Amino acid sequence: MGMTKGWKLYDPRLAWMLVAPVLLLLLLFLLLPIAVMGVYTFFTFVTAGVETSALTFANWKEFLTDSYYHGFLLKTVRVGAMTAIICAVLGYFPAYFIWATTFRHKWLLLLLLIVPFWISFTIRTFSWIHILGEQGIINVTLLKLGLIDQPLQMLYTEGAVIMGLLHFLLPYMILNVYVSLESIDRTLISAARSMGCTSAQAFREVTLPLSLPGLGAGLLLCFVLAAGSYVTPQLLGSGRDALFGNLIYDTIMGQLNWPMGATLSIVLFVVLGCFAAAYTRYMGMSQIVKGLGG
Amino acid sequence: MHESLETSAQTPRPETAGGLPAGAARDGGQLEKPAVEFRNIDIAYGKFVAVRNFSLAIRKGSFITLLGPSGCGKTTILRSIAGLVDISAGQISIGGKRVDDVPIYKRNIGLVFQSYALFPHKNVFDNVAFGLKYRNVPKPEIARRVSKALEMVRLPGSEKKLPSQLSGGQQQRIALARAIVFEPEVLLLDEPLSALDANMREEMRVEIKKIQKETGITAIFVTHDQEEALSMSDQIVVMDAGTMEQIGSPEQVYETPATAFVADFLGKANMLPGVVSSVDGHKATITLSAGQAVTAVSPKVLTPGARVSVVVRPQKLSVGASVPANKLAGRVVSTSYLGGSAIYEIDIGERTIIRANTPIDGKVAREGEAINVGFDPAGCVLLDEKGLRIA
Repeated sequence: MGMTKGWKLYDPRLAWMLVAPVLLLLLLFLLLPIAVMGVYTFFTFVTAGVETSALTFANWKEFLTDSYYHGFLLKTVRVGAMTAIICAVLGYFPAYFIWATTFRHKWLLLLLLIVPFWISFTIRTFSWIHILGEQGIINVTLLKLGLIDQPLQMLYTEGAVIMGLLHFLLPYMILNVYVSLESIDRTLISAARSMGCTSAQAFREVTLPLSLPGLGAGLLLCFVLAAGSYVTPQLLGSGRDALFGNLIYDTIMGQLNWPMGATLSIVLFVVLGCFAAAYTRYMGMSQIVKGLGG
Repeated sequence: MHESLETSAQTPRPETAGGLPAGAARDGGQLEKPAVEFRNIDIAYGKFVAVRNFSLAIRKGSFITLLGPSGCGKTTILRSIAGLVDISAGQISIGGKRVDDVPIYKRNIGLVFQSYALFPHKNVFDNVAFGLKYRNVPKPEIARRVSKALEMVRLPGSEKKLPSQLSGGQQQRIALARAIVFEPEVLLLDEPLSALDANMREEMRVEIKKIQKETGITAIFVTHDQEEALSMSDQIVVMDAGTMEQIGSPEQVYETPATAFVADFLGKANMLPGVVSSVDGHKATITLSAGQAVTAVSPKVLTPGARVSVVVRPQKLSVGASVPANKLAGRVVSTSYLGGSAIYEIDIGERTIIRANTPIDGKVAREGEAINVGFDPAGCVLLDEKGLRIA
């Protein structure tokens, strides 16, 4: 008791003390490693696995001048954007259904969305090989039916990568949209309908615009997770379908070029960070937090 | 929720003779169609019957209130007019046309909700213009009518504001403007004052009533607040457990409650059980369970030995020297001093407590003091054994 003398409830010092452990963790495990990576981008690459701390702009110059990297970056953004948009289109319907259903055990439907997370992400990605592969269920079925006489090339394409990413990301989108739908006051819909709206018009006037924040949050989340993914393109894509994450992996683990790998990592970090910052500026971060169940 | 009831069968049922309660088509004449008419409607949510055999005709231009405790079915009835709830039996007509199969958006109803229900992403203009837009009113006409409606609710020039920039009272005014701007056949008000604070509530009460009179719109108001009901309505329908207990003017339901429920719900009347001991024409002497005897004027000649309840409003009681008749000796249990008047709780024996609300004459009686309490034999209502008014 004596030690708390002079302390007020909501004392700013108390607030800082309570936040301190988290700040310390963030500093040690997030900011510090990123800073170390930042420093690495200026190191000199000698040969595989060997670098010196002689400072140089060579890595940044290489990234900025070599269109090989730009192509990968653009492609990553494109695949991420496509995945996010398809997620939004496909995810809105189940979210709307769960929200609108009169089924008494809604929690069961929400649970079904969570169930896939119980299985390892890698295993879920591998399962697509048995579906899309040459000996996969689709090709075998079509061959048996005589509809094709050669297996279709579905695996190791960009389509397969996007499919895998959709599989991984849809629950995030559905949950985000569902949460923002759930926050809509249903009397607004009754009000719209009483004033002359059909259900479709009430959806357009009320439900859709008021669920846009959730849709936006879902888009950002799916985009960032898709653009930063590397396991999915590794397993389901060919060499040409690699994303920026694979490039980083290859630079560090294959070429053992740590300075260049660090440079590419910082690039991806900054690019995705810019998207997130722009979103936060225009839509507010609280939506994402809500969507994650916070 | 209501989708599940959509296909519910219209079970044929015998029409109850006469059907409608008094009051509705009385002075509107037989020729004019009631603005809203319910015929023997039932509303069920699954197995739970929220409203049972409800019939009512509402005269055009009148202000009618559905009053009752929560869960009595009043809001359900309101929602059934709008088409937000489907009825399971009976029929509803608006302006003489059956609307059972008319979808909500074609019913031409103005609705005001307890929660205001303004569209948060639309400004005041777009909120108020909403109903007009879906009635294909040309744009200049929309602008004219919106600004007229905003003037009516005394918020002119607020077109560009968002609902979140308005106070609760202002939001409810906008909601009112939005509901009347397209001149609906009926205005439905679902506890519109409940979310407002006390001062605002009183102001809005007057406002709503004034606008209803000016526009001549038929208004159906739902509330659990007896003061709101008494001060605003032309007619009050008192509801309990899905059925109508009484319909009448505010004076009628207050002065002559039809049932024990109405007497208790409106104004917390004293209900004194007793047995008729002697009868002299319309005057009956009743021995109360509390031990003392009172005289009451009964509209019907009673038979000695009948069990009755004497219902007296706290305001009809006097205390002390001013007691005119039916003098009951008692002891003050509690006193609430209200300035001009005082509320006494008086024990008249056998743990029967009488509440009296009387103007203060002389000094205020204190707790524990012996006091006389009494009332005029004509100032009470008698209920029979089943709690129904003897008339």
